[in-house]
Amino acid sequence: MSILVQNLSKIYGNQKAIDSINFEIEKGQVVGFLGPNGAGKSTTMKILTCFIPQTSGKAFVNGLDIEENSIEVRRQLGYLPEHNPLYLDMYVKEYLSFVADVFKVKQKKKRIAECIEITGLTLEHRKKIGQLSKGYRQRVGLAQALIHDPSVLILDEPTSGLDPNQVVEIRQLIKNLGKEKTVLLSTHQLTEVEAICDRAIIINHGAIVADKPTNELKSGLDKQTTIDVIFGNSIRKALIEKLPGIRSVSGEGVEFTLTAEINSKIQEALFSLAVKEGNNILSMNQRQTSLEEVFKTLTTE
Amino acid sequence: MITILKKEFRSFLSLLIAYVVMIVFLLITGLVAWVFSDTSILEGGYANMDIMFNTAPWIFIFLVSAITMRSFSEEKKAGTLETITTKPISDMSIILGKYFACLLLVLITLLPTLIYYYSVSQLANPIGNIDTGAVIGSYIGLIFLAAIYVAIGIFSSSLTDNQIVAFILSMFLCFFFYSAFDMLKNIDLLKGSQFGIDWFGIGYHYSNISFGRVDTRDIVYFISMICLFIFSTKAVFSSRKW
Repeated sequence: MSILVQNLSKIYGNQKAIDSINFEIEKGQVVGFLGPNGAGKSTTMKILTCFIPQTSGKAFVNGLDIEENSIEVRRQLGYLPEHNPLYLDMYVKEYLSFVADVFKVKQKKKRIAECIEITGLTLEHRKKIGQLSKGYRQRVGLAQALIHDPSVLILDEPTSGLDPNQVVEIRQLIKNLGKEKTVLLSTHQLTEVEAICDRAIIINHGAIVADKPTNELKSGLDKQTTIDVIFGNSIRKALIEKLPGIRSVSGEGVEFTLTAEINSKIQEALFSLAVKEGNNILSMNQRQTSLEEVFKTLTTE
Repeated sequence: MITILKKEFRSFLSLLIAYVVMIVFLLITGLVAWVFSDTSILEGGYANMDIMFNTAPWIFIFLVSAITMRSFSEEKKAGTLETITTKPISDMSIILGKYFACLLLVLITLLPTLIYYYSVSQLANPIGNIDTGAVIGSYIGLIFLAAIYVAIGIFSSSLTDNQIVAFILSMFLCFFFYSAFDMLKNIDLLKGSQFGIDWFGIGYHYSNISFGRVDTRDIVYFISMICLFIFSTKAVFSSRKW
């Protein structure tokens, strides 16, 4: 078990930032932490990385209690904080060398060179961090999180503020890292979770509202399918409503939007209905339930 | 701790803070000790360095505050405190690393003033007729004084994320501990108390040690003041966890 969180709560003043959350992350999993702003993602990450203490509850990283073995936990974690704070007046190499010293990395030079290469900083590594663009700073942030080859990576919004090409590159990088490391990353981008995570934990108002493998998230939540259909000639609504598996029908005349149970073979039923009535179907379109919709329904309750 | 010390010291060099501090300090002490006719050693006629040792504490009040003001304030503002405190270093190593980096800079700044000692001893009549004991005592006193100022400066910096506030607060506290107690003792209300209130001030112990009398009581005073401010810094720094 790489990360284990039990009844973790954090209260700021009288506001509950996170409210008794529980989850565990197996070794080698890439988990996406999703939620609207202020949901408690960063707070959870800050607690896990020993930056702020929890109000109550327990959390373990690689079996070590984050309160009792704080230093050891920090040694085993790689952390990229939100907004990626860096020492802007340091050179990239100088900074990485400093972080490597903090972690007492053996074969420092070799490891720094490796990190520069895997994060794609080779062309920029002689510059001052302050001169780098946001995308490259993000890479420096990632490089410093990786320098001691941690088994667990916690990345707070690793792709925020990057241009689309950089996003793709960073995602690919995280995906590669996820092959051997446990990764917990937070994001607003659902496509990101679909692209790189094995599992998504959706959090809202400090509570976990969904915790599922990414591929189950779409179908599992939603037992119905939505279909837009346009008939050649107008047809009575009542006839469609009688079809097996139909849940709701809206629309008038030739255009209808209907929802039906999944696996109810509703398309076939619509065709045979059209044939029976001497009507025809001009278009039929099954809507994909996107993660966006799932997310919306889960977080706007 | 050494890692932090190295990093901090390198940033003094790369941000030119170190050079500016050294130039300003040496310029002022140099002018006061050798050029300005009111205070010049050459005009004074005595082979001693009192003028430098009397001026240095005042220059240090603002120079040390300027060196230390960024130590925590800047990290707080830039958010790098989160980067550093989530690394496997204890709070105390971070504080001591920063503390000794600043102190080291002050000591290096003091180093060239040994030339003054050499010059004065060469100018004395007969050559070498200088109270070496008093000079050594004064240097020890000055180093301890700087060590307290740095502790005060680091403490002030840990209180705020604004460097200007840290700077002013540090100057005030240094001034207060250096000379305010001397002034307070002249207030009627406190006059005549047997145990002089000036004992609490740095100035009292500094002038004691400057005569070349290195007394354990003074050393204990200096060390306790340093510890007081270092531990206060630790308390403030760790308070993010409360």
